[in-house]
Amino acid sequence: MSRKRTDVVIIGAGWAGSILAKEMREAGRSVIMLERGPERRTAVEGSYPGSIDELRGAIRHRLFQNPAKTTVTIRNTMNQTALPYRQLAAFLPGEGVGGAGLHWSGVHFRAAPDDLRLRSHVIERYGKKFIPEDMNLQDYDVTYDELEPFFDKAEKVFGTSGEAYKIDGKIVGNGNVFAPSRSDAFPLPPMQDVHTAALFRKAAAEAGYHPYSMPAANASKPYLNSYGLQMGPCNFCGYCSGYDCFMYSKASPNINILPALRSDPGFTLISNAHVLRVNLDAERSRATGVTYLDQKADREMTIEAELVIIAAFQFHNVHLMLLSGIGKPYDPVSNTGVVGRNFVYQTLTTSHAWMGRNDYTNQFVGAGGAGVAIDDFNSDNFDHGPLGFIGGSPVWVNQAGIKPIAAAMSGGGKSSPRWGKGFKEALVDTYRHSFAIDAHGSNMAYRDVYLDLDPTWKDSYGQPLLRMTFTWKDNDIRMNQYVVGKIEPIMKALGARHYELGRLEYGEPFDTRRYQTTHLGGGAVMGADPRTSALNRYLQSWDVSNVFVIGSNAFPQGMGYNPTGTVAALAYWAAHHIRTRYLMHPGPLVHRA
Amino acid sequence: MTASSSSRRRFVRNAAGTTALALIPYQGRPAHAGTSEAAVPFEPVFFTPAELEFLSAACERIFPQDDLGPGAVALGVPFFIDRQMDTPYGKGELWYLSGPFHEGPPQLGYQLPFAPRDLYRKGIAAADAYARQRRGRKFSGLSANDQIDLLTAFEGGGVQFPELNARMFFEQLRRNTLEGVFADPVYGGNRAMQGWTLLGFPGARADFMDWVDQNGAPYPFGPVSLARQPL
Ligand SMILES: Cc1cc2nc3c(=O)[nH]c(=O)nc-3n(C[C@H](O)[C@H](O)[C@H](O)COP(=O)(O)OP(=O)(O)OC[C@H]3O[C@@H](n4cnc5c(N)ncnc54)[C@H](O)[C@@H]3O)c2cc1C
Ligand code: SF4
Repeated sequence: MSRKRTDVVIIGAGWAGSILAKEMREAGRSVIMLERGPERRTAVEGSYPGSIDELRGAIRHRLFQNPAKTTVTIRNTMNQTALPYRQLAAFLPGEGVGGAGLHWSGVHFRAAPDDLRLRSHVIERYGKKFIPEDMNLQDYDVTYDELEPFFDKAEKVFGTSGEAYKIDGKIVGNGNVFAPSRSDAFPLPPMQDVHTAALFRKAAAEAGYHPYSMPAANASKPYLNSYGLQMGPCNFCGYCSGYDCFMYSKASPNINILPALRSDPGFTLISNAHVLRVNLDAERSRATGVTYLDQKADREMTIEAELVIIAAFQFHNVHLMLLSGIGKPYDPVSNTGVVGRNFVYQTLTTSHAWMGRNDYTNQFVGAGGAGVAIDDFNSDNFDHGPLGFIGGSPVWVNQAGIKPIAAAMSGGGKSSPRWGKGFKEALVDTYRHSFAIDAHGSNMAYRDVYLDLDPTWKDSYGQPLLRMTFTWKDNDIRMNQYVVGKIEPIMKALGARHYELGRLEYGEPFDTRRYQTTHLGGGAVMGADPRTSALNRYLQSWDVSNVFVIGSNAFPQGMGYNPTGTVAALAYWAAHHIRTRYLMHPGPLVHRA
Repeated sequence: MTASSSSRRRFVRNAAGTTALALIPYQGRPAHAGTSEAAVPFEPVFFTPAELEFLSAACERIFPQDDLGPGAVALGVPFFIDRQMDTPYGKGELWYLSGPFHEGPPQLGYQLPFAPRDLYRKGIAAADAYARQRRGRKFSGLSANDQIDLLTAFEGGGVQFPELNARMFFEQLRRNTLEGVFADPVYGGNRAMQGWTLLGFPGARADFMDWVDQNGAPYPFGPVSLARQPL
């Protein structure tokens, strides 16, 4: 076994890891970043036309985690046997330099202020009794105002396109009327509406809602980011979600951060390095470094470090904490422990409108982050009092580019044949003339929805797989059905020839076979109370103070918005406190009460 | 329009061996409604001749020739599926296939110990045996209507083959057939980009700067492929 030393070791080369690497280099610390997947440079592995091949890309999972090596097991309820997630479908974790940040879509939101302190907010507005008994509703223990400078910083790195509504409390534009005030405008103007987004904008306004351009980390113009790195304008190529951007237009660690680090002698990126565990001292109160498998040489290596950053993505972060013994594992029966607690996801349902036969929706045109949304039924922008649920959903047309294999798999409308006679006709009509409207909603945390280690199945490295216990609960189904009902007036205003509303149904379990989102959250959440959170408000482990865990694992519940804008802001927030306080005086940044 | 089997194989090899492929605009003949396209013969690398007969008949039922254009066989789908069996995907290297294996509720997903290759080998043998037992002939010898009846039964989940539920086999077949119709022709299916032409999908153009919103007008340009020349 070979040993190396560094100031900071970072596990995972996605957004969270790359942000921390850049910040730690700016603080003058030596950094080694370990990534278990391969190298992925835009001009080499990501170049045109190899990057825009649907079969090789989204269908055969060129950029996603290969479950043959390691996966998870899943069950809906605690009395079931969890079974391996053998074929990727419901969610698509990334692998390789850039992580899922290379093949994400680019919808780039800031968390809503109410969502960051949801428990306090619900109690203030509706009273404590409003919270269902088995729901673990919690605050992040960080506020929008505290995070605002870091949201702003992230947008200037990502080159985000969008339209502000309020800056410094003054109304400045036609942005989202529900969005909180900002300290500055978006770095780039909003993306243009594709045809279907323009139709939605008009119909949503007619229905009395407040449409706005979605903030997109797809560049609407050429942009030089705050690290001096260049992005080119997005051409709506439509190979966006699930693909790497050959145009240098979609923000990724590979384009927006890593080029500023690669030639830095104090920074080392090691790919094909699968971290097996974080090593702790005998008291389990201090990390000494990490052990990884060099997959090319098939050799175990150990790195000693002063500071360990776990940035391997939400559920991999929880998995590494459980494998390493960082923090107390959650037990839903005794309701004790924190690692694995508050595992959450997102509710996503899609509705479809079929327009007239002379109206071509050209669904292959699109950019992953662009579109038009309404927030009238998101967060607490509407009165939940008479409705009896917590949470909400933005509703949007977010046409990322629909390719033909994916279109053929879902086929025509609900009543059309899946194959054979009549299939082609319905598929052609649907592909040419329809479009999708999503309700992209929150998901609350519950006592019996959690993560732990599987007792049976192992990965190819001999370690137990992570086990997910997850299903939909009535609160979230009620929320989804309510919001989807609000899409109907939009359908009417569109003058759609035919429409179908997609919604969750009571009693229908979470289905691992159908793609929903890769917006998994929680499992190692941030908070004020070490009995209900694994991390303090700076994403520092309560138990092992030289370990910070960065990712959507920190979210106490799933919000309606996509997570990455908030993950990036939390990464810069944690880095700021590491730089300004922790490095001077290593130790807990918050003391246990 | 017809290409020899050796030239078809060469294109596929090019796709695997090169990253930067020349792009040339679509020059093939557009698909005409009702044209009858002959299948291009090829040497299978995985399927036996008997298996290939089943495969051709079954994927043609899933994606049939009709007024809208050619079916799966004329589009080269059996060739496509045959070549896919020889990839990491076909060999099961993209699936978690470690035991133990237990069946569970459908929403927990695929739980068989089989790679795509095994699903075809076992599924075709079982489907032909089922056809002989129920209808007195192997699948490819049945009338189109009888074939449709059997596939409908497989899809419904009520037919149990010796080692797997027929539904698993059917879903694999449907999935790979549609991939073969709509994947880039460089993989051997979607012959002359007729799958894309049917949908109005422009293939690898990937630049719509001036077509972001044309107020519902149809996109005017034909598709382009990653292949060096149209197949
Ligand atoms: C198709 C798709 C579309 C998406 N679209 C959006 C969107 O529009 N908006 C949005 O906000 N979010 C979107 N997301 C989610 C977004 O990609 C993630 O939130 C984001 O990438 C998370 O960043 P991260 O750094 O936490 O993790 P990742 O980007 O996943 O990076 C983690 C890295 O750690 C590596 N790793 C894991 N385990 C180990 C180990 N043991 N040893 C070494 N390395 C390891 C992984 O290989 C990976 O490269 C999308 C996701 C997908 C899949
Ligand atoms: S749609 Fe735009 S941002 Fe997305 S991959 Fe294409 S060019 Fe890049």
